[in-house]
Amino acid sequence: MTDLKKIIIDGNEVEVDGAMTILQAAEVAGIEIPRFCYHERLSIAGNCRMCLVEVVGGPPKPAASCAMQVRDLRPGPEGQPPVVKTKSPMVKKAREGVMEFLLLNHPLDCPICDQGGECDLQDQAMAYGVDFSRTREAKRSVTDLDLGPLVATTMTRCISCTRCVRFTTEVAGIATMGQTGRGEDAEITTYLNATLDSNLQGNIIDLCPVGALTSKPYAFTARPWELRKTETIDVMDALGSNIRVDTKGREVKRIVPRNHDDINQEWLSDKGRFIWDGLARQRLDVPYVRVNGKLQKASWDEAMAAIVDAVDGKRVAAIAGDLASCEAMYALKALIGGAGGHVECRVDGAYLPIGDRAGYVGTATIADLDNAQMIQLIGTNPRNEAPVLNARIRAAWARGAQIGLIGDEADLTYEYTHMGNTVADIEKLLNIEYKQVLEVPSMIIVGQGALQGKDGEAVLEAVKRVAELTDSKLLVLHTAAARVGGMDLGFATEGGMINALDGAEVIYNLGADELDIDAGPFVIYQGSHGDRGAHRADVILPAAAYTEESAIFVNTEGRPQMAQRAAFPPGAAREGWAIIRALSSELGAELPFNSLAELRAAMFAAHPHLAALDSVPENEWKAAEVKPLGNGALKYAISDYYLTNPIARASGIMAEVSKSALSAKMAAE
Amino acid sequence: MLKDEDRIFTNLYGMEDRSIKGAMARGAWDGTAGYIKNGRDWIVEQVKASGLRGRGGAGFPTGLKWSFMPKESDGRPAYLVVNADESEPGTCKDREIMRHDPHTLVEGCLIAGFGMGANTGYIYIRGEFIREREALQRAIDEAYEAGFLGKNAAGSGWDFDLYLVHGAGAYICGEETALLESLEGRKGMPRMKPPFPAGVGLYGCPTTVNNVESIAVVPTILRRGAEWFSSMGRPNNAGTKLFGISGHVENPCVVEEEMSIPLRELLDRHCGGVRGGWKNLKAVIPGGSSVPLLPADICNDAIMDFDWLREQRSGLGTAAVIVMDQSTDVIKAIWRLSKFYKHESCGQCTPCREGTGWMMRVMDRLVTGEAEIEEIDMLLDVTKQVEGHTICALGDAAAWPIQGLVRHFRNEIEDRIKYKKSGRVSSIAAE
Repeated sequence: MTDLKKIIIDGNEVEVDGAMTILQAAEVAGIEIPRFCYHERLSIAGNCRMCLVEVVGGPPKPAASCAMQVRDLRPGPEGQPPVVKTKSPMVKKAREGVMEFLLLNHPLDCPICDQGGECDLQDQAMAYGVDFSRTREAKRSVTDLDLGPLVATTMTRCISCTRCVRFTTEVAGIATMGQTGRGEDAEITTYLNATLDSNLQGNIIDLCPVGALTSKPYAFTARPWELRKTETIDVMDALGSNIRVDTKGREVKRIVPRNHDDINQEWLSDKGRFIWDGLARQRLDVPYVRVNGKLQKASWDEAMAAIVDAVDGKRVAAIAGDLASCEAMYALKALIGGAGGHVECRVDGAYLPIGDRAGYVGTATIADLDNAQMIQLIGTNPRNEAPVLNARIRAAWARGAQIGLIGDEADLTYEYTHMGNTVADIEKLLNIEYKQVLEVPSMIIVGQGALQGKDGEAVLEAVKRVAELTDSKLLVLHTAAARVGGMDLGFATEGGMINALDGAEVIYNLGADELDIDAGPFVIYQGSHGDRGAHRADVILPAAAYTEESAIFVNTEGRPQMAQRAAFPPGAAREGWAIIRALSSELGAELPFNSLAELRAAMFAAHPHLAALDSVPENEWKAAEVKPLGNGALKYAISDYYLTNPIARASGIMAEVSKSALSAKMAAE
Repeated sequence: MLKDEDRIFTNLYGMEDRSIKGAMARGAWDGTAGYIKNGRDWIVEQVKASGLRGRGGAGFPTGLKWSFMPKESDGRPAYLVVNADESEPGTCKDREIMRHDPHTLVEGCLIAGFGMGANTGYIYIRGEFIREREALQRAIDEAYEAGFLGKNAAGSGWDFDLYLVHGAGAYICGEETALLESLEGRKGMPRMKPPFPAGVGLYGCPTTVNNVESIAVVPTILRRGAEWFSSMGRPNNAGTKLFGISGHVENPCVVEEEMSIPLRELLDRHCGGVRGGWKNLKAVIPGGSSVPLLPADICNDAIMDFDWLREQRSGLGTAAVIVMDQSTDVIKAIWRLSKFYKHESCGQCTPCREGTGWMMRVMDRLVTGEAEIEEIDMLLDVTKQVEGHTICALGDAAAWPIQGLVRHFRNEIEDRIKYKKSGRVSSIAAE
């Protein structure tokens, strides 16, 4: 920062970057300026006029502090720093005036409004408004919009701050929302009454400073002050978005994002946000044992006894699904692996090199996208696989980065150069003489779809070679929250699923629901939902879901983060690691830890990087090997974004969005 | 009284030949290349020395405005934009230039464009101006044919292209930054300043937006000298000015006169006086709908220039004089303006979006008298809450007429309310 400027705000002198606005400088000085339209991650609109401040020596009218840069302020006659007042009579009058205008046509229906209790308009009216009304006029009313199954609208409450318009156009990359009409008749609306075609749309609920846009599924179910708030981690994709789970009693009522600049900023994908009704449906709340071909409810003792009978002297293998926690996988590996059984977490068949962290995680962080000038996507549709990451790629594109894609053409919300859709097209990248890309920060993102199938290994090696040739950072974009953790723990067998399950007579399935297990082996399913895995099981052990236990997940860039318990598991369901620990005693192979803390101590000793929560370790690069590439088509890992895991498939909201997205797609075609 | 030989717009009424031939016979395009060869700084200096102040309403010195344009390009082109979106109620002066004397404007564009380093000019013309657009386009075409525009325009060595862009008829697009938005193909909504257009304007490039009249007078200023221009009018209010007089005069007209002409002389000499005589005058809006009105007693000594009218808490604006005689319901007249501003508010920022409607509704009731006396002060307070708190000046423009009304005709408003309540006319009104 070379352009440092001094400024005096309410008597506090601060030195800030001249490009900062008065509002930002005031934040540095610890002074809060009220605002509605301003949002630090969106462009500046300056239309609400709530942030007006007095600039001493400037024009005799207040200035919008959200838009006025410090360097545009004139210094005093002898070069004194410019003086800004945020508490003067002029400012007070301006704020009262703006507040009065905002409330003029606002329905004041707070008692029936879901925003009540967390409403900027309410709060600021209390803080900066006056306590009486001077108007006798009838209020304007506005027709509500149908934005789809997620966002409810009460447009009469809208104060036209345009945050939703700016978010959808700038971040989500859809041109559906806008303001039509003029003057008093100006309305925020969707063009041609279209619903929102974005899997980031839930964010406009958070952005809306009033109750115009609220959550449809959450409508009228709770007040914010009744909710217990737990800060935790999302597992709906591999990004590890930081979230807050709000519970009322035992029930999860809603999920909202938390800010994490290096991961999700302050956005959250719709799956992460609206999944919560799935946590209450299709739950496994008692153990089951298959008797005469039928699953029957059982006690924990009966279930354990059935397992002890089945396992006795058999070859056991274990697989771990997309939502398994590090703790459960560590315990399971200790139990099964300790007895010589195979373990495997790569249930989708993607090739991830065991022990080569730079190969299965990559070398890039998500925040590296902010500097990247060239971004190559290979076999990934990030809009489906990690919507929030896609928004960040879009931001990179918007500031001028070039994007290339190998994979089927898709609407990624930004422009890209399409460079083919087969494995062979990766070969072409190896035969280019690179110049420009070597001089700028660049990044390669490879999807799980590209690594699946017989070409997986060759593709990964080829991608690594491209990264070497172009001096790019590599990001292996996972779709499963559990995968990197599983690989870190060595929950894998050379040769993948085929070798791991080869000859297994008993399979311990830790929440893997996206695959079919052949008839034959005895299957123990431990998981939270009655999905595909449970149907094939011979014994079902009911476990906690991700909101119900404290657990570590490692995200796609290799960052371990800890999820926290927001609610208790239903019925007889238990925490994942504890079930395995209990089973180990029954099997006579008691695991050497009696508490979660002891388990973690052992796990951290074996895998020290997991202890360094919220940091991304540097991964040592292993030189790429030359492997012959095939000629198959590159497939994307996800076909239906809304239905990728057992919780999502149990969610009525997700089913509805999936259906409406599908019908919108068919209508478009 | 302006002498005939000092008139800049010699075909204001379209009585002469409007083609390039006629314009050249009247002196247009004479020696244009020579002025350009004197250099950019010379032109800006001449305009500065002439004391020309912007004719669009705000009265900002034109030469000074041009000097804000970057001297050296940083790679971005510069643009001249002419604001021909003449939509202010009462104002109809630019339209006469464009349909009858368009070559003054076209030549002015070339000179001004060179003066600010712009190779491209856009004229943004009001949507309702169909014939004016045709006349102006004809003039531009003629100028291209004669080699006065395009590559090496008028043999000056400066390349200059001029485009005529037709608006869609929104008042707000006459605000310079909303005009730029509209030119770029977006919804006409004002931008925040800073950055000012001279730094970041059309397509993010340095841009100067000038009124039609400001540009059209420049060639004559160069021809006759800055001193000639500045010798007319009071100090700081130099030159000639087009006045558009409408309302209750015998003969409404647009006329070029010397700046600082007394209002009464202007009306008597050119308009046949106020309908029913000077004593029948009730009020005058001296500068287009957005400036506060002046009651008859102030009109007696009124001088039509920027500074005098500013001292009376009104303004010269576009010099569109709206005359109202004693038959006028002045409250209703101002209500009509409130309705106009409510209709034309773009809806972007809160005070104007919500305030213009509120003000109009209170005015609704003041017209009928179905209000409380206290509401007059409340209305005044609301106008103060709008004024100065908005992104552009439309909020101010909506507030000022009401402020003028309350300042000068409060009695009349109060009387009407009292009459409505009591059925009796007060002594003041019965006088």
